[in-house]
Amino acid sequence: MTISNIQRRRFDSLIIGAGGGGLRAALQLAEADASVAVVSKVFPTRSHTVAAQGGMNAALANVLPDNWHWHMFDTVKGSDYLGDQDAIEYMCRAAPKVVYELEHFGVPFSRLDNGRIYQRPFGGQSQNFGGEQAARTCAAADRTGHAILHSLYQQNIRAKTHFFDEYFAVDLLKDDDGNILGAFVFDIHTGEELIIEAKTTLLATGGAGQLFRTTTNALINTGDGMGMALRAGIPLQDMEFFQFHPTGIAGRGMLITEGARGEGGYLVNVNGERFMERYAPKAKDLASRDVVSRAIETEVREGRGCGPDKDHVMLKLDHLGVDVIQKRLPGIRQTCITFLGMDPAEEPVPVYPTAHYTMGGIPTDRHGQVVIPVKDTPEEAVTGLYAAGECACVSVHGANRLGGNSLLDILVFGRAAANHIIDYLKENHYHRPLNEKSVEKAYQRLHRWDDTGEGESVEKIRSDLKRVMEKNCGVFRTQDVLDNGIKEVSALHEKLKHARIKDHSAMFNTARVEALELENLMDVALATVYSASARTESRGAHSRVDFQERDDMNWMRHTLYSLEGRKLDYKPVRTKPMTVATFPPKARVY
Amino acid sequence: MRFRIYRYSPEKDQKPFMQDYELNNIVPGMMLLDALLLLKEQDPTLAFRRSCREGVCGSDGMNINGTNGLACITPLSELKEPVEVRPMPRLPVIRDLIVDMDSFYKQYRDVKPYLIVKDPLPEVELQQTPEQRDKLDGLYECILCGCCSTACPSFWWNPDKFLGPAALLQAARFIEDSRDQATEERLDALDDPFKLFRCHTIMNCIQVCPKDLNPTKAIGNIKKIMVKKSL
Ligand SMILES: Cc1cc2nc3c(=O)[nH]c(=O)nc-3n(C[C@H](O)[C@H](O)[C@H](O)COP(=O)(O)OP(=O)(O)OC[C@H]3O[C@@H](n4cnc5c(N)ncnc54)[C@H](O)[C@@H]3O)c2cc1C
Ligand code: SF4
Ligand code: SF4
Ligand code: FES
Repeated sequence: MTISNIQRRRFDSLIIGAGGGGLRAALQLAEADASVAVVSKVFPTRSHTVAAQGGMNAALANVLPDNWHWHMFDTVKGSDYLGDQDAIEYMCRAAPKVVYELEHFGVPFSRLDNGRIYQRPFGGQSQNFGGEQAARTCAAADRTGHAILHSLYQQNIRAKTHFFDEYFAVDLLKDDDGNILGAFVFDIHTGEELIIEAKTTLLATGGAGQLFRTTTNALINTGDGMGMALRAGIPLQDMEFFQFHPTGIAGRGMLITEGARGEGGYLVNVNGERFMERYAPKAKDLASRDVVSRAIETEVREGRGCGPDKDHVMLKLDHLGVDVIQKRLPGIRQTCITFLGMDPAEEPVPVYPTAHYTMGGIPTDRHGQVVIPVKDTPEEAVTGLYAAGECACVSVHGANRLGGNSLLDILVFGRAAANHIIDYLKENHYHRPLNEKSVEKAYQRLHRWDDTGEGESVEKIRSDLKRVMEKNCGVFRTQDVLDNGIKEVSALHEKLKHARIKDHSAMFNTARVEALELENLMDVALATVYSASARTESRGAHSRVDFQERDDMNWMRHTLYSLEGRKLDYKPVRTKPMTVATFPPKARVY
Repeated sequence: MRFRIYRYSPEKDQKPFMQDYELNNIVPGMMLLDALLLLKEQDPTLAFRRSCREGVCGSDGMNINGTNGLACITPLSELKEPVEVRPMPRLPVIRDLIVDMDSFYKQYRDVKPYLIVKDPLPEVELQQTPEQRDKLDGLYECILCGCCSTACPSFWWNPDKFLGPAALLQAARFIEDSRDQATEERLDALDDPFKLFRCHTIMNCIQVCPKDLNPTKAIGNIKKIMVKKSL
């Protein structure tokens, strides 16, 4: 096999990833009659969006008074003032429309008596810029992600989108001027390679929750798109901000949605105390996630944890009654019964902060265009490349994402990216010439795993990496621990170069897929520890024991990490919204 | 704990065989998927699909001691040794526990599994009462794992003509949706001696569905609606 006999296909637009972000974009493009190919390493409905539980935020005001501007305020505050306010305004304004569209696509939202969409309270939500609790999260029981992903896939069937299911994207293709030309992929079933040429490529590959040992994320969430971007010379933004969800099932990682607290559940320590009252007197259990996660870790560190090892706290739900639990939280009830052998309608659930969400990612503007610093301009668009969803960093979540804002993010910006692509395609009728050098590079990366002989094992390096990240880059951080993280991840990175796999077959070779995934994960891990070690302040999810204050003078800026030279760079936060006044940074109390 | 796992790699095996494995580091609460992941560390050539680890993505349907189920929510403590693991029956095996699900997905596409609204859409949501919405419970939660259809004898005998429980459950999901305006067409499309009527209420599908859904009842309801319509 040489490069010249590799099959080639051409589409107007290529989308890598078939989660909510990718499928929303695909639908928009298919309806605009663009030829669009969607590549996904799993069958679309197996993408991790399917696991989202609690819901999606939009100021519909179906239950309590609400408007997009309050939603915007909460999001800016939740981001600890690191979010870009133009993108946040855009997202919060678009939210109601995007939810109504989803409803029209068939999403079986739960309903209120008056026939409208059910909304529940979630953490960090307020009315009137920090006043009473709001109820902004649109839900389909506690299976909102499933409901959305399946409906979007179904609409794509109607629109006859072209799917490449179980194809693995290896690398982006680019020419010498840095324009993106498509991607080099292979069919997991047969092992056959394929060059997909496209005028635009959208990365929608999801997050990198597999960086950590205990995680709410699926095994496929390995940061592939972020790895591809890094290798294409694009820096990753704000990777030090990784969200730990306060309520993963202790020791196992399955998520118990924030909706459980939204429906009235609360946390207690070993003394049965509702400890959140001490940490967030007003919002209590519905404070922002970073706040609640730190509170739980502090309770455990100070000896007030539950269980024989005093290593978790309890989430009480039994007072809600079996009817509310069965109606509003049937999925997590099932999960508790399956994995803990207990019913949350009868007993409290053991929970602990668990790796959950990648706030950082591929830098984009609010049209989904990937933007990088070029000379003196901090944000110049990369021709032909877009990113949306958890792999991207717009940035609407800044230093801490609010629950219910990610489903919103993936859909709003999946759609916005598609709209921008449609305009781009109107002006750009032809494919740029393919760049053989870049195909060669991707080919080499894939075939490096054909090497036989003795070498480090992928499985071992992967489990070491997850352990190292958990130990050195968790909820509370210090310089020593982070620097040690850099050292240990770098050593593993070196080892990975000499790793070998034992399976060299072509058909459905999962060992090879896992090796390629680990390479992506490793680069993302480096980006995370380097970015975290440099940021000497505490902001949102990045909580430094040795620098406990937020430092707006020096650190109200985005981190950019590049693969080459593992270099760090910074760019300013976009504090100017599209139309309204800036929300200036304030102390963040809940 | 002892396992016997179906192995087949088209590139090197003339025919499939069962391979014995043993695991010592079993801890309480482990699921079959946890065991398979550990076995894969021992033998990286062992291939199976998996993703979410919690029964929501539908990747790891397989035949476990003779019954279809999801490995990730099947506790080892409930399994007799040696645990026999095979691919889901009657679909072409691509490799080891991985089957080719194309025909299953095609049946799904055949029922037009999407909401069809013909009237102009409002600028807000379409209204639906909680009671109307309740009718979708037990229908919309399907994760397309394939456990039911590959356990259904009618599906085995007429794979190209009978739509199978999973696709029919989806058909019901849209027929029952108060917002959908293509009920007539949907019913007409199913009115054929095979597509729907080959279900002989053998009920294997209910027994294996990991989401506790009830395709038999959904199929029965479609039949009832058809009868009502023909009167
Ligand atoms: C358990 C859980 C519950 C959550 N609940 C909520 C919630 O209630 N509300 C909320 O707002 N957010 C929630 N989130 C977050 C939210 O669900 C995710 O951030 C979001 O769904 C990500 O969507 P995505 O489209 O970006 O990516 P994903 O859905 O992860 O999809 C990624 C896609 O990329 C493909 N892909 C990746 N790499 C490759 C490759 N190399 N080649 C080919 N294809 C590739 C995959 O196959 C997949 O199709 C939750 C997250 C988790 C983990
Ligand atoms: S009840 Fe019908 S669909 Fe279910 S297994 Fe039996 S024949 Fe198949
Ligand atoms: S009905 Fe149940 S068994 Fe059948 S595909 Fe759906 S979830 Fe799986
Ligand atoms: S791994 Fe997702 S259903 Fe089992």
